[in-house]
Parts: sequence; structure tokens; C-alpha cells
Amino acid sequence: MSFVLDYYNYWVVVFLMMTGFYIVISANNLVKKIVGLNIFQTSVFMLYITVGKVSGGTAPIVTEGVSLYSNPLPHVLILTAIVVGVATTALGLSLVVRIKRAYGTVEENEFENKDDAI
Amino acid sequence: MLILDIVSALLLIAGGFFGLSGAIGLFKFPDFYTRVHSASVTDSIAVILIMGGLLLQTSFDINTAKLLFIMLFLMLTSPTASHALAKSARHGGLASMAEAKMDEQENNNNG
Amino acid sequence: MAEFINLALLALLALTALRIIFLKDLFSVVMLFGIYSFLSASIFLNLDAVDVAFTEASVGAGISTVLMLGTLALTGRKEKASKHSSCLPLVVVCVTGAVLIYGTLDMPPFGDPNNPAHQHVAPRYIEESLKEVGLPNMVTSVLASYRGFDTLGEVVVVFAAAIGVLSLLGIRRQKDELVADTGLKEHRVLHVIAKLIIPLIILFALYVQFHGDFGPGGGFQAGVIAAAAFILYTLVFGLKRTFVVVSPKFLAWMASIGVLVYACVGLFSMFKGGQFLDYNQLAADPIAGQHYGIIIIELGVGITVFAAMLSIFYAFESQVERSNVQ
Repeated sequence: MSFVLDYYNYWVVVFLMMTGFYIVISANNLVKKIVGLNIFQTSVFMLYITVGKVSGGTAPIVTEGVSLYSNPLPHVLILTAIVVGVATTALGLSLVVRIKRAYGTVEENEFENKDDAI
Repeated sequence: MLILDIVSALLLIAGGFFGLSGAIGLFKFPDFYTRVHSASVTDSIAVILIMGGLLLQTSFDINTAKLLFIMLFLMLTSPTASHALAKSARHGGLASMAEAKMDEQENNNNG
Repeated sequence: MAEFINLALLALLALTALRIIFLKDLFSVVMLFGIYSFLSASIFLNLDAVDVAFTEASVGAGISTVLMLGTLALTGRKEKASKHSSCLPLVVVCVTGAVLIYGTLDMPPFGDPNNPAHQHVAPRYIEESLKEVGLPNMVTSVLASYRGFDTLGEVVVVFAAAIGVLSLLGIRRQKDELVADTGLKEHRVLHVIAKLIIPLIILFALYVQFHGDFGPGGGFQAGVIAAAAFILYTLVFGLKRTFVVVSPKFLAWMASIGVLVYACVGLFSMFKGGQFLDYNQLAADPIAGQHYGIIIIELGVGITVFAAMLSIFYAFESQVERSNVQ
């Protein structure tokens, strides 16, 4: 039981990663692919934050009477990663808008062979 | 103090009950407008009760002010959100169940 | 108790992600993604990552959802069924998942204080940051001072994203006679509430910006929250009136000035004889120098993130209005 509790976090993170991965490789619509990419990203963030947690610790803000803090380094790295993730999402979505304007559709099976038509 | 703890626990349980009933109503109600009402119950009364319960748990310091502010902002914005939802549906032409039934009866009488 | 909350939240997250796979209505997919973001913010909070939870809630559930909805307004709401069978992706995913789970068995147990991740640099940050930087919030001191160079790169990435979106989509200033006054004219209640709430949102953004030294907060969250205030204004009152309030040229200047302020702090400390971004050189007392440096660069970060997020939203919204007019 304690074995399951120890690793439950990691397994759920792997499940979420695989869900995001599946959406990216199998979805037909480009917007849904970007949603899948975001799900993948957020699950990776959760992996890092899980590694940084210390049982019995509190948030890494210096307070009176607290001696055990959670690790602040993963928090910093993930803060950067979240912002970079939203920057990537914004660029990806604007590319989707341009694809829609150029090909008339964002479904993958419809514009796959249309490059010759343009 | 024990009496404060009991009152706060009662408020939290009541807030949880209203949140749960709002969520159940979201699935069970037949019409869009009744569902919007049910969702708004979660947003307004459940929030006020839960916030009230939490307010009784803190000592009288900066956290009380923060919780009061959160409660004020939620009371301002959640009913607005439900109103915007219902108004947009009305504006888009969605008929309520009663009106749809009246229209059907009119069509049956005429046709 | 905390473990039980953790278990429940993670199970809800897995269910939400699973549901997203099978939905064909993209509007519901985006809404579920917003819920996924909020649930992960709650999990981050449960795992003591307060700054990360704040950023995920404002950036992931706020800006990402708004941008996706803007894209959906342009590309359509339904996903068409795919002609490929889903067998091969399923096999690939299962194999990768099995390999990854086999890999996690080597990882240290959750929450173990003797985890290798807590051994090398982290104890130095935890013990010395109050003495060397003087701020209670360790995450801000690591982000802005110890790892300030990474944060400069991050600000430049946000700036580059804004440039990319502006060059792909562009903000169209239409002739004033041709464009109708968009916005929600019939919603009087929304007008009143928006006018009440928007100043408070901006005030909250300023609070988060300057309070980031003492509690969760900082430049990124503040920039995003301030952008959200103007996004609300655009949604209720229309893009034309928002351009009068905050024009796209002003945002272009702001974004560049934010990055420049950050880089100039680094150059200034080089002029004073130290290394790039060495805040100890900025004032006579090293701790005061650290405080000055952190406040100024967080301001630069906040300004750039605000301008970049709002420019990206303007680009999407003007495309939506252009397609509505046509």
C-alpha cells in the first residue's frame, strides 16, 4: 500500500503524459492537437513539482517557526516553463489561423495533399 | 473556541451541500435556463457559506480582510456570469421549455 | 488528509484528460482544458508550489483558454472524424507508457527528504537566500537573483512570441467608418460590472507585482492579470474603444522597453565593475543592491509580459472581427 502511495503521483503523471501524447498524434483537428500538447506540458510540470515536494515541509517562503521547506528550485524552473509554454501555444494557434486562411480547413486529412493546389 | 468551530463547521457543510445540489441539478434539470440557475447556486450561495465558514476559522488579522475581499469579488462577478449566460441565450433565440411547449400547441392548433 | 486530497485531485485530472480524447465538440474540449488547468493549479498548491499554482491558474487557465477560444471563433467548432484507424497511435502510446512506468520505479519515493533533488544546490538556496538576497520568498530570490540570466531568456522568449504572432497575424486598424462598434451593447449589467471590476483587477495586478518579494507573485503573474483586465474591457466594450485606451503602438514600445530595462540592469552592474546581472554592485550596501535589482527587473518582466499578452490577444481579436465583418 505504501508502495502505491509512494509512486501514485508518478504513475498518474505518466498517464497524463500519454493522454496528451495520444491526442497529439491521433487527433485530426489542429486545435485539438495543440490542446493535447498543452496537456502533455502540464503533466511534465507536475512531474517536476512532485519531485520537489518534501513531506512535512511548507511553501518555500521564509516564515517564523518553520524549519522544513519544499525545494524552491523546481518551482523556479517550472515558472519559466509555464510562460514559455503559453508563448509556444500562442504561436501555434496563430499558425493554425494562417493554415485555415490558406487551405480553408484545419482538419489534417483534408489539407494533407493540398500543397500542390496552392 | 468550540462554539466558533461548530458554527464554522455547520456553515462549511451547508456550503458543501448547496454546491453538491447545484452540481446534481446541472445534470438533472431538463431545460437550459433551469440548468443555468442551478449552476448559479454553486457560484453564489455555496461560496458565501463556505467563505463564512472559513472566516470564522482565522483569527482577526490580514487573512480575514483577504477572505472578505474574495467574497466581495465573487459576489460581484458570479451572478454577472450567470446573467450573461442566460441573456446571451435569450438574445440568441433559445426558447425556454414552457415557451417551446406553447409554440408546439399553437402549431398543433393551427395545423 | 493531504494525501487523500492529492489522490482525489489527481484522479479527477486523469478523468478530465481522458474525456478530452473522446470529445468531438472543440468548445467543450477547450472548456475541459480550462478545468484541467485549474485542477493542476490546485494540485500544485497541494504540493506547496504556491508561485507555480498562481502562474498556472492565471496563464494556463486564463490566457491559453482565451486564445484557444479566439482561434475556435476563426476555425470552427466541430472536429471531423479521422479516416485513419487509431490502432497504431494506441500501440505507440501504450508501449511508451509502459517503458516510462518501468522508469519511474527507479525514482525516489514521493516526498522523501533524502531525495537526490534536495541535496546539492537547494539547501544552499534555502539557507543562504535570506542572508544573501534578503527576501522572504525564496522562489523570487532564486528566479530574479541566483538564476536571473534564465529569467532574462524567458522574457526574451515572451517578446519573441509576441513578435511572431504579430508578424503572422498582424493587428488590423480598420478605417473607422467601416467597422461597427462591436462589444456587447445590450448587456447593461455587464457594462456596469466591468466598469466596477476592471480598476480592481489592475490594482490587484500592481499588488501582485510588488508583493512578489514577500509572498507568491512577481512579474509574470502581474503582467498576465493586467492583460486580463484589458481583455475583459475588449470583450465588453469592443476592440475599437480598446485601441483608444491602449493602442498597439504603445504596446510595442512597452514590450521592448521591458526587455531593455532588464538588460540595462545587467549592463549597469557591468559598468559598476561587477559581472552581468550582479546586483551587489547596484548600491553601496549589497543587500540593498539586491533589492533594487530585483524590483527593477521584475518591473521589466511585468511590463513585457503585459504588453506581449495583450498584443497577442489584439492580433487574434482583430482577425475575429475581420472575419465577422466579411
